[in-house]
Amino acid sequence: MATNDDIVIRAEGLGKKYTIGHTAERQRYVALRDVMARGVRNLQRSAMDLIRGRPMVVGDEVEEFWALRDVNFEIKRGEVVGVIGRNGAGKSTLLKILSRITEPSEGRASIHGRVASLLEVGTGFHPELTGRENIYLNGAILGMSRAEIKAKFDEIVAFAEVEKFLDTPVKRYSSGMYVRLAFAVAAHLEPEILVVDEVLAVGDGAFQQKCLGKMGEIAGKGRTILFVSHNMSTIQALCDSAILLSHGRILLNGDTADVIRKYIDGAQSIGSLRDITSLIENLPHDPIFRLRRFDVLQDEQSTLNVLSGKPVDILFDYDILGEVRDLIITFLLYDTDGSLLFESFHNGDSEISPLTHPGRYVSCCRIPSDFLAPRTYELRINAAIHRVRDCIPQPSEINLRLNVTGTGRVNSAYPGYNTPGRLAPLLRWDTVVTVSK
Amino acid sequence: MSPQDIAPDAPAKVTDHLLILEAGRAERHYWLDLWRYRELFVILAWRDLAVRYKQTVIGVAWAVVRPFLTMLIFTFIFGRVAKLHSDGAAPYSIMVFAGLMPWTLFSSILSEASASLVSNTNLIGKIYFPRLIIPSATIVVALVDFAITFGLLVAMMVWFRFAPDWRILFLPLFIVLGVLASLGPALFITALNVKYRDFRYIIPFLVQLGTYVSPVGFSSSVVPAQWRLFYSLNPVVGVIDGFRWCLLGGQSQLYLPGFGLSVAVVAGFLWIGVAYFRATERTFADLL
Repeated sequence: MATNDDIVIRAEGLGKKYTIGHTAERQRYVALRDVMARGVRNLQRSAMDLIRGRPMVVGDEVEEFWALRDVNFEIKRGEVVGVIGRNGAGKSTLLKILSRITEPSEGRASIHGRVASLLEVGTGFHPELTGRENIYLNGAILGMSRAEIKAKFDEIVAFAEVEKFLDTPVKRYSSGMYVRLAFAVAAHLEPEILVVDEVLAVGDGAFQQKCLGKMGEIAGKGRTILFVSHNMSTIQALCDSAILLSHGRILLNGDTADVIRKYIDGAQSIGSLRDITSLIENLPHDPIFRLRRFDVLQDEQSTLNVLSGKPVDILFDYDILGEVRDLIITFLLYDTDGSLLFESFHNGDSEISPLTHPGRYVSCCRIPSDFLAPRTYELRINAAIHRVRDCIPQPSEINLRLNVTGTGRVNSAYPGYNTPGRLAPLLRWDTVVTVSK
Repeated sequence: MSPQDIAPDAPAKVTDHLLILEAGRAERHYWLDLWRYRELFVILAWRDLAVRYKQTVIGVAWAVVRPFLTMLIFTFIFGRVAKLHSDGAAPYSIMVFAGLMPWTLFSSILSEASASLVSNTNLIGKIYFPRLIIPSATIVVALVDFAITFGLLVAMMVWFRFAPDWRILFLPLFIVLGVLASLGPALFITALNVKYRDFRYIIPFLVQLGTYVSPVGFSSSVVPAQWRLFYSLNPVVGVIDGFRWCLLGGQSQLYLPGFGLSVAVVAGFLWIGVAYFRATERTFADLL
């Protein structure tokens, strides 16, 4: 029976407002006089801000933006709660408010117990200091006392597997060692309430497993954990309940499985596929090629949020306005860091491209199931007449964010395991016994 | 959060600690919180010290070389070229050095503290602690440098066979005054620097100007009597005069009305600095 005393975090109408500025649309003709007038206006406003002690905002127009609004929830002692939502949904803002880094603009949050927040791995690590020194520094920053760090020092070092390099400056560490050490300190935090942002998304798989195990252990001791992640299998494995945020508001708060389902379903109605229509309409006119529609489909539904366990269809619907040779329709899949993973042409690898006659065409490519990794990709498209011109000017503005949620065979074998690979194809293996003993 | 309350590996303890987060809610237990975070203060100060001389060739010797060369130049320019008189019979170079020490303390706290928040952006955006800790931790570094230059002063006194008297016992008081004198403007400028980065250009200029406006290379007794009180509006004047009174064995007289005025200005600046810092502290994470 949950009494009032069991509630450790209560948020009532919590909201956070930011003021953002942006530059008004450029005028067609820029007169020096206007530029000077604008400069004077801006200077005047900065000066007023300075006098009134308000933050300075750059741009001609100032706009208020609510990163979080009207958020209400209660968390009981010992609960492990996942916070999910798309980028910009307000997850980080919520964690920042609860860990006192920033103040709410409205509403209130009451927290019963001491909070430690882990919004980043290795906060305050100093590259010039040695591993040993950084353990003390980082521990103190995360809120551990010197005595506590001392007591756990050996455990931290063993966990991080860096015994040999304790007296080496961390700037000489490999990135793997650096992350392991940072994790190790954080994993030994034991406050009453732990607030964790997506910090487990780095490091190699085996180490991530170790960290998740440690988190589960902490949760088992009756500590309350608030946990943000994009990895649904981790949320599913760790959390008793979950909160789904969208555009700064709570969409659903309840049983983890229900919330995850809502997140994946809800993802289909929103997304930039709607915006693509206007982008297509605004493409410059081409005498040969006209794109009518571009779509990404899963289960015949138009979506940019797909499951890795099902195939994804990439569809081009277009008109050919005159006879043309060597027309190539392409889609390219990039990692979010901008590196190309692969490209695919509608005519496959045929050496001689056939003559294409005028008419309306549909080209569709199926990306097989269990091929994409659970991560975010960028999808770009092109249509070109080989060695002649691009029919869609490149780099194209049609640059879609494809979010893949892991559900397939590759990921289901080990829940909580998030492949660090950029692709996760399910390949066929054959294992036979050659010598039986 | 107070880690010392949590024993390692103990099950979650039920504490009566209740925290309410609300818009514009002033932190009621601010100073208590500051005390709770004393370990972080110590470790940040230690970090600044540890990092300071890594990857330098002569290391700590920098803390000796810089004031020593400045003292030589000032002694030459003000003592020899301008032929200004010293305080009583004290050697000119010792008089300069007794003024240079508090000035270096003041100016290094001012410049280090005002840059400290911006250079610790990553901490402020990711973790909560009373922000006052960061600029305050720079005081420790300045004090360690001060201790090193004090050793140099002792060496100079031995060289000149010049002994201070009982007044030196009051030196700690004036060191505290020097720290407080720099802390007020430092906190004010630190907080402003978070919002308006223009202020980082003002500090070096201010320090350079201050070196000549303050009685560092000369004794404040060369200032005409009718201007003396006005001159004491500069809080560093009181601190430097106090240092010379302590160190020069009665050769330097303390001009009491001026000293009182300096102390009042120090207190005023400190109040403004702390008040402004605390008023803007809550928004630092949003601005950095």
